[in-house]
Amino acid sequence: MCPPGRVWKSSPNVMKRKRKLNRGVAMVGAGMSPFGMFPERDSKDLFADAFRQMLGSVDKGIDPNDIDALYIGNFTNDMFVHQSHWGAILSDALGLVPKPATRVEGACASSALAFREGVFAIASGFYDIVLVGGVEDMSKRTTSEVAEGLSLAATPYEQQAGFTFPGVFGAIATAYFDRYGKGRDDLMEVTIKSHSNAPLNPRAQFRSTIRDFMQRKQERARSKGEPIPDWSDEKEFLHDPRANPVVAWPMHVFDCCPISDGAACVLLVAEELANRFTDAALHVIGIGQASGRGLHAAEDLTSFEANRYAAHEAYEMAGLGPDEIQIAEVHDCFSIAEILHLEDLGFFKPGQGCDATREGATGLNGSKPINTSGGLKCKGHPVGATGLAQLYEIWEQLRQQAGERQVPIENLSIGAAHNLGGTGGTCTFTILERR
Amino acid sequence: MGSKCTDCGALFVPPRQVCMHCSSSELEWQQMQGTGKLVAFSSITMAPPHMEKEGYGRDRPYCTGVIALQEGPRMVARIEGVDAMRPENIKPGITLRMCFLHQDSDDGKTGGLVFMPSDETEG
Repeated sequence: MCPPGRVWKSSPNVMKRKRKLNRGVAMVGAGMSPFGMFPERDSKDLFADAFRQMLGSVDKGIDPNDIDALYIGNFTNDMFVHQSHWGAILSDALGLVPKPATRVEGACASSALAFREGVFAIASGFYDIVLVGGVEDMSKRTTSEVAEGLSLAATPYEQQAGFTFPGVFGAIATAYFDRYGKGRDDLMEVTIKSHSNAPLNPRAQFRSTIRDFMQRKQERARSKGEPIPDWSDEKEFLHDPRANPVVAWPMHVFDCCPISDGAACVLLVAEELANRFTDAALHVIGIGQASGRGLHAAEDLTSFEANRYAAHEAYEMAGLGPDEIQIAEVHDCFSIAEILHLEDLGFFKPGQGCDATREGATGLNGSKPINTSGGLKCKGHPVGATGLAQLYEIWEQLRQQAGERQVPIENLSIGAAHNLGGTGGTCTFTILERR
Repeated sequence: MGSKCTDCGALFVPPRQVCMHCSSSELEWQQMQGTGKLVAFSSITMAPPHMEKEGYGRDRPYCTGVIALQEGPRMVARIEGVDAMRPENIKPGITLRMCFLHQDSDDGKTGGLVFMPSDETEG
């Protein structure tokens, strides 16, 4: 049997040498708008909100005129709001013209790519202070239109075969179930965990636990005089097709992230300038990115090759391994996706992501808290803003500013964010350190 | 149809112009037998607009999947002849054979090439 092409293994000859930055880069500010469906708010408004919050987050202040350049991640605004050219538009909206602005697109990983461009621009010595942002305005379209727009990031073969994004991840789930003997109950652990973190995040789209949803449905039935549904626990609720209908088997509504509007941005500066802005900067110690192949060409559907390559690149650069990452945000666009990422990034062994989640390892008080923000599932997923919103959460946690959802890890200093675009077509992994 | 690298013999479906193994650009057409096994699938209830036009949706889901061809390469295609309303009964590993649902003259219809369960036990 012929394998589908060169498959990258852990000692890659395609990665010739360890990556490094020629000049260190530090994150000294971060802001994000609330995520949700906002009929009255557009991209400029949401981004200005994130920008204002970022300015307020810089401990010793920043004069916006000192920003040298902008890199903006955005995926779908051309389609959903019929406007492109978001780099220049946002530079203008923030009063930063004539500072150069560049839009970066990598599907749902757009703003993680913008972040990398910002890092490279500073590391090269060309700029000292860079604003990196991401924005998406999705809720003005119907679900079907959004699904069609997003599926532009799948491969043409997948679209032709009738695959949607939930369909792709549904298929991945069936392969995972088949290989490791897992099932829907195991994935529900991810959903329940994300929903228990989300109420603690004031910027999250769904600030409700699964029990809150259950109660609300019961109250609604009571007020309408209908028979009151009764579920023994969260899983029974999630198994109820009236409460949790199927989208693309085995993905149900509660396995899928929502449609969202939102923006996020961070301020990057050359490491030697960081003290001018804060005494608690986060240093960019590892960045990785990789490209992936379509479903049909993947040798193993229970893992993303691009995840493993991006992680390897970042770990090598940082001189760290997965055990040293104390907290991470991963791209849980679907429940099964979180499980694959946990394993691909090396946090747990292949096939053990579900058990680790059930045992609480990834919970707020676990040994490896994952998606303390509520993840894409609950925080929301305005696609072009997600990569930076993940880094925003790491910023809050590493600086002990996460309030009620602050993880109780002693000497918390290293966090990471994993962003994915398409059906694994673009994957990034970023490691930050507070020194 | 797929393509075969004349330098290293690697097979690709859909056909590629550059070999992923040896980077050769000397590839030739190769016909596949059209039999294989189901690797992964989804039964899709929330259909995209082009499938909605064919009448698929909440009350009529359709099945699509990843098929490992007998020759090795994998492809994605619609799966017909399975009960998309009862996806829990569909298991990866079943043997499939390719067939054509519509002719080219059936304007506007997609999913011409589909796979169906085959009675053959040998994969």
